[in-house]
Amino acid sequence: MIAITADSRPTLAAKARLRWDRQTSRYLLLYPERGLVLNPTAADVVQLCTGEHTVGAIVDRLAVKYAPQPRESVEREVVAFLGQMAERGLIRSGDE
Amino acid sequence: MSEEPRPYTLVAELTYRCPLRCVYCSNPTDWAGHRDALGTDDWLRVFREAEALGVVQLNLTGGEPLLRDDLERLVEGARRLDLYTNLITSGIPLARARLARLKALGLDNVQVSVQDVDQASSDRIAGVRAFDRKLEVARWVKELGFPLTLNVVLHRENLERVGDVIALAESLGADRLELANTQYLGWALVNRRTLLPTRGQLDAARDVARAARRRLQGRMEVLFVTPDYYAEFPKACMDGWGRRFLVVAPDGLVLPCHAAHTLPGLTFDNARTRPLADIWRHSTAFGAFRGEAWMPEPCRSCDRRAVDFGGCRCQAYHLTGDAAATDPACSLAPSHALVEAARAEALEPTDTLTYRAARAAEGV
Repeated sequence: MIAITADSRPTLAAKARLRWDRQTSRYLLLYPERGLVLNPTAADVVQLCTGEHTVGAIVDRLAVKYAPQPRESVEREVVAFLGQMAERGLIRSGDE
Repeated sequence: MSEEPRPYTLVAELTYRCPLRCVYCSNPTDWAGHRDALGTDDWLRVFREAEALGVVQLNLTGGEPLLRDDLERLVEGARRLDLYTNLITSGIPLARARLARLKALGLDNVQVSVQDVDQASSDRIAGVRAFDRKLEVARWVKELGFPLTLNVVLHRENLERVGDVIALAESLGADRLELANTQYLGWALVNRRTLLPTRGQLDAARDVARAARRRLQGRMEVLFVTPDYYAEFPKACMDGWGRRFLVVAPDGLVLPCHAAHTLPGLTFDNARTRPLADIWRHSTAFGAFRGEAWMPEPCRSCDRRAVDFGGCRCQAYHLTGDAAATDPACSLAPSHALVEAARAEALEPTDTLTYRAARAAEGV
């Protein structure tokens, strides 16, 4: 399990690239021979994985965007999503 | 099938020419009869048409794609279309400066193959001296900031060194390791008697790969491509015929898989004379094994028919003579005895190898 904390500054892995898909009007996260279709929330998170923002800051931003969803529930979702992406090697936690 | 199939990946086989002579090459055994018929502008048009159809992944492969002088222009064109572009290469002949140019032009990923973990064993399979050069190229890939996929084809002669292969991939800083068990088509079928491992070898290698996958999770992706001769069910070849993949061969033929033109009775269209979208949607060849209507029993009533799509059409043809048969790799296939017989042969292997060559097979 790769730990993602509020202080992590996640970045997209070198092999992964985000691309808008005209056919589905979704973002795709592409990596060698594969791709993931991201839902709009996931795409919002990935777009903020630049190494500049902490997970805490990402959650703050999305909590504003997705109000009135409580901040704690946004945080749970973001941390769980980033953890899964880190396990797939698509996101680096920035802590290593 | 309710939704219209969408191709996600274009496999662009830029040439069948290659400096290596690997004994398991997946190119057709009559590769030398297929010329490089598509010029730069033809390929760029193919990329545009593919992207318009829904393709987002581009594999530049061959043969050896580095033998094309226009590779730079093709990468530049692919990047302009925002395609995720993967160069699948032996690494030969590559200069560091050319690789740096490809990086600047937007190439996304480089996949380098090595045949084994030491020079003698590796060069025996490649048929030329290449091992040291390949490692050098793999190091350049990482130094220049590319993600690196290391591809190693597995067979009887190297399966017991899977642990060393993983260590090599780690030492090179690979982002992805493809442990690809040989698919017995093309030259590999010619050499099956020498290359096919035993079940014991495979099981041991799979355990090593599984442990490495857990240990390296999040750092290096470890893939162990299923050896279908020892699986209970066939693989979902190409994720199903005409479902996700488009292959364009060096002569311009548009194919559902890289060996489809070895099947008799099918006429494939050429990308120079018919638009890709029309071929994908309306050609007889792409329709031939799409969906389930073509399936014989036991596939037709099988719960797994939407999982493995009846397996590999080329394997069915090359082993049984009937492209519409159930893949003999399936334990339920009427012709499964053919695969069982090949497994029995693996208990008494030979060490003769036939190297990929332009003409009649050349034994060593």
